[in-house]
Amino acid sequence: MVKGRQGERVRLYVRGTILGYKRSKSNQYENTSLVQIEGVNTKEVAWYCGKRMVYIYKAKTKTKGTRYRCIWGKVARPHGNSGVIRAKFKSNLPPKSMGRRVRVFMYPSNI
Amino acid sequence: MIRSVSYAILLGWPFEGSTVLRISLPLLALAMAPTKKERTASRNPSLVRGIGKFSRSKMYHKRGIWAIKAKHGGSFPRHEPKPASAPPPAVKPPKFYPADDVKTPIPNRRKPKPTKLRASITPGTVLILLAGRFMGKRVVFLKQLPSGLLLVTGPFMINGVPLRRVNQAYVIATSTKVDLSGVNVDKFDDKYFTKEKKKTTKKGEGEFFETDKEETKALPQEKKDDQKAVDSQLIKAIEAVEDLKVYLGARFSLRSGMKPHELKF
Repeated sequence: MVKGRQGERVRLYVRGTILGYKRSKSNQYENTSLVQIEGVNTKEVAWYCGKRMVYIYKAKTKTKGTRYRCIWGKVARPHGNSGVIRAKFKSNLPPKSMGRRVRVFMYPSNI
Repeated sequence: MIRSVSYAILLGWPFEGSTVLRISLPLLALAMAPTKKERTASRNPSLVRGIGKFSRSKMYHKRGIWAIKAKHGGSFPRHEPKPASAPPPAVKPPKFYPADDVKTPIPNRRKPKPTKLRASITPGTVLILLAGRFMGKRVVFLKQLPSGLLLVTGPFMINGVPLRRVNQAYVIATSTKVDLSGVNVDKFDDKYFTKEKKKTTKKGEGEFFETDKEETKALPQEKKDDQKAVDSQLIKAIEAVEDLKVYLGARFSLRSGMKPHELKF
């Protein structure tokens, strides 16, 4: 997408929202984030386990030719009964990512 | 009672139980009418690991060495000793011994197998590429290469995807199949796709400041011919099916409300 594609933009990822970190009432564990995947709200979440996901954000300076930066991660396991998942990222997500978009890809695929 | 039975067996089949002359047993077995199975279990059951039930003298008796000796006039039958060959030529001790004993690592004989192909992927299946330059494109699967990667083609005339390798994990297999009879993909393997090694020319002082991006990577004509050869047969098969050409030309995309975990590909 960032490559300046002329052709059609295809979406091969599912949208997700970062809800926050894994936490109890007064302790939070930032190494695991909770993500709500769009359209999934029951135990069907198992299909997404292992899929890779990315959090994309913009920065002011250009690194490697682009201002966009990303943090890669994976869907680790379901969280609860309502379709939320736990995700682990290469580096912990920053707190300003809460409420923002994450892309959940369909690979590594098993279909 | 058991002992008497074993004696009878021993006297009847003279070589049974002798380990030295076991080679002749099959020949003798052919000579004697009922073929006897070679004993597979030890005659000395173990009580505890390392301790047998019978003592050495009892085992001597059980193995029937006494009977074999009796049959051969008092001594156990032996082969003639091999004629002593000439001693091997004397090797001079090496002049140089390395200071430390270096352990040589054991060579790795493991040959990895190609990745197990998913049952849904068979030659001729239409696949959807999930990542990379051609993401979303629908391509035809040709075969699995020895490295485990999948060999895939657009065909090039239809959607611009050339003969390419793709990893199984980045692919969704659809249930659409294309007839691959008439397409010969035997000549393609991983070596066909490796990058050619750039000759590292030693840079002289003057050349150091020149940029050496002069080599344009034009695709060699034979690769274009290979593409055409594979695609010509494929396109005929594709045009035979209604709408398949348009289907392969279009890209896959998720739309609003589409849930991949519910989609049937």
